[in-house]
Amino acid sequence: MGFRLSLAILLAWALAALFGPLLPLAPNQIELAQILTPPSGSELLGYDDLGRPLLDRLLVGARISFSVAFGVVLIAGSFGVVVGTLSGYFGGLFDLLIMRIIDIFLAFPGILLAIALAGVMGPGIDNLVIALSVVGWVGYARLARSQVLSLKQRDHITAAIALGSSEWIIVTRHLLPLIAAPLIIEATFGIASMVIAEAGLSFLGLGVQPPDASWGSMIRDGARYMLVAPHMVMVPGFAIMLIVFSLNLLGDRLRDKLDVRSNRTE
Amino acid sequence: MSDLLLRVSNLKTVIGSGDSPVRVVDGLDLEIRRGETFTLLGESGCGKSMSALSIMRLLPMGGHIIDGTVELDGVDLLKLPEQEMRRVRGGRMAMIFQEPMTSLNPVMSVGKQIAESVQLHDNLRGAAITKRVVELLDDVGIPDPERRAQEYPHQLSGGMKQRVMIAMALAGRPELLIADEPTTALDVTIQAQVLELMGRLKREYGMAILQITHDLGVVAESSDHLAVMYAGQVVERASCRGFFNKPLHPYSQKLFDSLPTEQKRDRPLSVIKGTVPPLDSQFIGCRFADRCDHVFDRCRSEVPQWDLLSEGQGVRCHLYDQIDPKVGTLCLPTETVVEPCEQEKRDKPTLLSVSDLKVHFPIYKGLFKRTVGAVKAVDGLSLAIKEGRTLALVGESGCGKTTVGKAILQLIRPTAGSAKFDGDELTQLSRSALRTRRRDMQIIFQDPVSSMNPRMLVGDIVAEGMVAQSIGVDHADRQERVERLLEQVGLPVSAINRYPHEFSGGQRQRICIARALAVNPRLIICDEPTSALDVSVQAQILNLLKSLQSELGLSYLFITHNISVVAYLAHEVAVMYLGRIVEQGTVEEVLQTPAHPYTQALLSAVPVPDPERAKERIHLQGDMPSPAVPPVGCHFHPRCPQATDLCKQAYPDRVVLSDTHTVYCIHTER
Repeated sequence: MGFRLSLAILLAWALAALFGPLLPLAPNQIELAQILTPPSGSELLGYDDLGRPLLDRLLVGARISFSVAFGVVLIAGSFGVVVGTLSGYFGGLFDLLIMRIIDIFLAFPGILLAIALAGVMGPGIDNLVIALSVVGWVGYARLARSQVLSLKQRDHITAAIALGSSEWIIVTRHLLPLIAAPLIIEATFGIASMVIAEAGLSFLGLGVQPPDASWGSMIRDGARYMLVAPHMVMVPGFAIMLIVFSLNLLGDRLRDKLDVRSNRTE
Repeated sequence: MSDLLLRVSNLKTVIGSGDSPVRVVDGLDLEIRRGETFTLLGESGCGKSMSALSIMRLLPMGGHIIDGTVELDGVDLLKLPEQEMRRVRGGRMAMIFQEPMTSLNPVMSVGKQIAESVQLHDNLRGAAITKRVVELLDDVGIPDPERRAQEYPHQLSGGMKQRVMIAMALAGRPELLIADEPTTALDVTIQAQVLELMGRLKREYGMAILQITHDLGVVAESSDHLAVMYAGQVVERASCRGFFNKPLHPYSQKLFDSLPTEQKRDRPLSVIKGTVPPLDSQFIGCRFADRCDHVFDRCRSEVPQWDLLSEGQGVRCHLYDQIDPKVGTLCLPTETVVEPCEQEKRDKPTLLSVSDLKVHFPIYKGLFKRTVGAVKAVDGLSLAIKEGRTLALVGESGCGKTTVGKAILQLIRPTAGSAKFDGDELTQLSRSALRTRRRDMQIIFQDPVSSMNPRMLVGDIVAEGMVAQSIGVDHADRQERVERLLEQVGLPVSAINRYPHEFSGGQRQRICIARALAVNPRLIICDEPTSALDVSVQAQILNLLKSLQSELGLSYLFITHNISVVAYLAHEVAVMYLGRIVEQGTVEEVLQTPAHPYTQALLSAVPVPDPERAKERIHLQGDMPSPAVPPVGCHFHPRCPQATDLCKQAYPDRVVLSDTHTVYCIHTER
């Protein structure tokens, strides 16, 4: 039940992100008469301090959060998996080097490093994606490496080596398909945390620049009017909460379905 | 106090509920007398462990007893409230399990763990508890019990841990000890120690033992009475002697026929066709009917009743019915086609010769990973395999036999030494040359589950080597070859489009054999290929390996700890101890006239499925030392019954007994 609902929410998020530009939205259209109008039957989600429709801004913001979250997870995930798999499979000096680099990255608080990077590179969505990816790949690399290390000892890998299979075949046919499940689960939770990270960085003014809308910047704009017009904060805040909650629910469900370890106890 | 200790009648246990619960135990009747050892015998999945857990009322989640009584000394245990049952467990009945590794708490010293059960069942305090713990450890034959009590499970060997488990079970002075495959995870020499210990404790404590095992040899060594279980039911009950003289039920007979022995060398082992029926189905006839050689119409339409033939002996089979006795047709053992023994192929050319092979794993220590020593897994080993012959490499776990196999295939690069295959030095080959050479040498592993990628189709698994070695023109050609290979190993062609998990253990091992055969190898290294399988399935795999050898002229390096498999399959034997070969020769020489004290002890420790055959057993003390610090001099001298001071001085030289028979022991007469 709750799972179906969360799937519906995620679907709505994806549809808004993909087809948003096709809709007749006017996120930056100022209606001076409607400044700070709270939600009602005809106005749906109300208007902000400059008289811009919150519904339109929310839908445009969905596109930003969706593309940033998926972009970061895709870039960080694929880079991390490649690095981690190779590091775990080949081992030796290469592995030692990679592990020390990962340790250095982990020595910094992730979001702080992203803030610094985004600050240095200047605001903007592409820089935001780069900054979050630079911070995010280490998690995937460590996960992929540890999975590969435990798989590497399995007899079917030894059998493949004994048959004379190439390293490429072993990595693509024997390792990647078997480490996919935990990585997909990790990526689902990763998307959730990236939605929050994007909102956080936008809140600090490091993401999308005004007048364009993103959920984080909408919260920042609304914070000043919290007492007079709480809906300005609540609308984007509630959207973030729903998305993150749904993603986490999906992640849990995927873990139950895909993870061999929890299935084995049946 | 009556003679009868435990009476189980009509015990029925199911797992799960709903429309088709799995009936793991279906009407079990047992009687165990005081002071006797009663064995439940059967293959995996027949309900032996579930019966024991039902008696203890320790069923796993979802399991419940739906009918029957379990009377201990006249008291029905199934009616006792949980509170009182807890006093019975450990107090009057105790249980030990197969895996001593997982049955002990790793973060508590063994002394404390034993003290826990002492406290529960004895009114002792303070120093008295410690004294009792030490006494128990001493009882189970642990040397230096005061010090050992302070140690943690990881500091003890497998055999020691099982002794600790027994000590815990003894803490409440039980009247009945339930032992669930207590020696299956142990090596033969350690198994012999534990079996002897259990026999001694049984007499000293005057307790009865309910032993669960699948090993006919263990049964013959230790039990007084036994029951054979099949598919949740007891199909035969007999005294140990009676059973081994004349097994009645067709299933029991099949179990004997499928045991590999030296006498059966010239013919294939008899096998049980099919598999155990699923226990959630409704049976209208005999459960064994589909797999039985003596099946007739009534078997399929009527459930056989229990026939009590004489006191303590009974069988559940229509062949023994009073109404329609067909016993006469049965007693002839089914003689399979006798293939003439191949000519001895001693003059065959040598295919693989290994000399002075060493594999050392460095031990690192400290911040800078300094090498402080090495685990000498293989330390100067030489052997040779001729074309079309089988060399068995025998040894206990941890002696380095698996490492030898992998080092020959260069899956682990040897530290030193040479391995010549058909004249090529494998250790010197370049990576690409080695990759091409791999088509000549293949390996089959012990665990068929982990040796296949669960996400690959069987067709792709078998074709993997052909793709790697570019055998076959295109996909269709390879697919055709895969079909032929599957037929060759006795699997349906439809297996191509299925995943490994859809197959049983024996079938999976066949897939692994097909995968190895796909590249037309000349040598296959078989690393304990049957030790994870049941006896009847083991017979199928051994038959297959043997027929493939005569068809294709394959050579095998057969790595095993199972002496009866060696006797059945091997032409030559090499016995390994702590990284080195201690004795080598033809199978007759090594098994009939073993020269090294270790070989002699190993052979005498193997349980023989014949209770009449009293034999001289050589008892080895202690465990195998660590290969990181092998004993100075002869590696075997700390455990050797014949050791003298001379043995401590240097590793013995090679003694040649005949052209083929060599041994490393100074006490051997040339």
